[in-house]
Amino acid sequence: MTIIKRIYDFYHDGFASMTVGRSLWLIILIKLAIIFLVLKIFFFPDFLSSKSRETGASEASLVKSELLNRSTR
Amino acid sequence: MNDFFSTIDWSRAQFALTAMYHWLFVPLTIGLSLILAIMESIYVKTGDQRWRKATRFWMTIFGINFACGVATGIILEFQFGTNWSNYSWFVGDIFGAPLAIEGLFAFFLEATFVAVMFFGWGRVGKRFHLASTWLTAIGVSLSALWILVANGWMQLPVGMEFNPDQMRNEMTDFWSVVFSPVAINKFFHAVFSGWALAGAFVVGISGWMIWRRRSVEAAMLSMKTGAWFGIIGMVLTMWTGDGSGVAVARYQPMKLAAMEGLYNGSVGEKLTVIGLVNEKADRLSSEPDVNYAISLPKGLSLLANHDLNSFVPGINDLVDGIEITADGDTVSTVSYADRIAMGREAHAALEAYTAAREAGDESAAAAALATLRANYKYFGYGFLDSPEDAIPPVAITFYSFRLMVGLGSLMLLIFAVTLWICYRRKSRDGNVSKYICWGAMLAIPAAWIASQAGWIVAEVGRQPWVIQDILPTRGAISSIPSSNVETTFWIFAVLFTVMLIAEVSIMLRFINKASREGIFNNDK
Repeated sequence: MTIIKRIYDFYHDGFASMTVGRSLWLIILIKLAIIFLVLKIFFFPDFLSSKSRETGASEASLVKSELLNRSTR
Repeated sequence: MNDFFSTIDWSRAQFALTAMYHWLFVPLTIGLSLILAIMESIYVKTGDQRWRKATRFWMTIFGINFACGVATGIILEFQFGTNWSNYSWFVGDIFGAPLAIEGLFAFFLEATFVAVMFFGWGRVGKRFHLASTWLTAIGVSLSALWILVANGWMQLPVGMEFNPDQMRNEMTDFWSVVFSPVAINKFFHAVFSGWALAGAFVVGISGWMIWRRRSVEAAMLSMKTGAWFGIIGMVLTMWTGDGSGVAVARYQPMKLAAMEGLYNGSVGEKLTVIGLVNEKADRLSSEPDVNYAISLPKGLSLLANHDLNSFVPGINDLVDGIEITADGDTVSTVSYADRIAMGREAHAALEAYTAAREAGDESAAAAALATLRANYKYFGYGFLDSPEDAIPPVAITFYSFRLMVGLGSLMLLIFAVTLWICYRRKSRDGNVSKYICWGAMLAIPAAWIASQAGWIVAEVGRQPWVIQDILPTRGAISSIPSSNVETTFWIFAVLFTVMLIAEVSIMLRFINKASREGIFNNDK
């Protein structure tokens, strides 16, 4: 317990004494929120998984038919 | 069909934008972490407080850069799953392993010790703190190692076997992936260039402080450290660059030909130092490759094969099937027309294998699999319409290469001059000409442009391949509307611009404030 408290204090005091770091943490939090809560959810779905769920075909067979369709044979 | 090609172009543009933005921060993190470790080592060894204060000043800048760069690489992984899903599936196991190791090992090493490095001053022992700084620097470089191993595999796919049932390349030899000559060379070249870039950054900021007569003593100390670090980094970058030249000549000769704008190679081939790519030159014309060229006789043969009289193939030679072996011998090899035929045969065999498996005809499946394996080396050529499709954009590769080498040479000159200035007796009180200070500041944009240009050579020069000879961009891309990718491209462009402005302004404000108050006066 003492070790956990010391680690907690270490980080707490470290963050509390930050000057430049506060603006940086704000930027990091905004950035992470945009990346994970907006971009990932709304703009970057897992294409193959979604397609696989829609069609019922396996991901391997989807990739195979995509590639063979693009062959210049 | 037009929308399909538009999807390829927008996806490539988006990946390039994101990767280039990510690479603004990575090399500085690599190099500056080591400069911090060196500065702090000197402090711990000598007890000289000036080194402690200089370390803390540059550590804050490192922290700003680290915070700005963090998570920008994750966006690249999003794009694999959405825009490049065929590629992502096709290589999942091989690409995933190095990235997973990077995430689990190197990132946690960094993340753990970065906290001790920033918060531990005066709260942990000197030696433990120093160890944390070194472990952060080592963790940063290890992160780079695994990413560059993954990239190296795309340039030289080794240590794998294609599984037609799973449609995946499966790793068969981890160590040949890790120790691929391309991956190892790429790792050292990228890391050393990070050292040179960080050296340029420290020299440039120090030059600005000396010019503005702020914290001059700290600036002179930093400039000397940055110049030593930069000159060592740049010499090592040039040395590994020579290794890269040899590796490119052996494993990606088309990239080398594009870098030189060379259509018809010869024995004792010259190296074009500078010139203008002739836009009219192409595979079938007799136009000169490069106009107004200033060349070094036999230079390209020396660069490619370390042999003044060796043969270096041009674009036409490669398309027609003339290459050089790993021993430097000229041989007739498979022409690009034949590669396309073999790639198409591999595709037909894959289709036949699938049909035979579904029909339960194991002997037909075995025969089709044997044909597939025999032709798999050129699997990607089966997606191309003509041999010309396998020629990368020549002009951008040619100019980027010269920009990288030219600016790298300029940086070496700047490091040498600033080092001489630092050791000159009359410079000891910061008595340095403003022109020298401006020259030092010039090193900063030179370093970043050279670094970005290097990646342009590496990536544009290997087009159309995502995986060399195995999968071109037109096979790797997802079937999604180009408007989706275009939308996210512009979101990124705006987001990155705003973030970059915010981040750079925080850094500049800190440098301005700290240097005005006096870096050595600050007793934190």
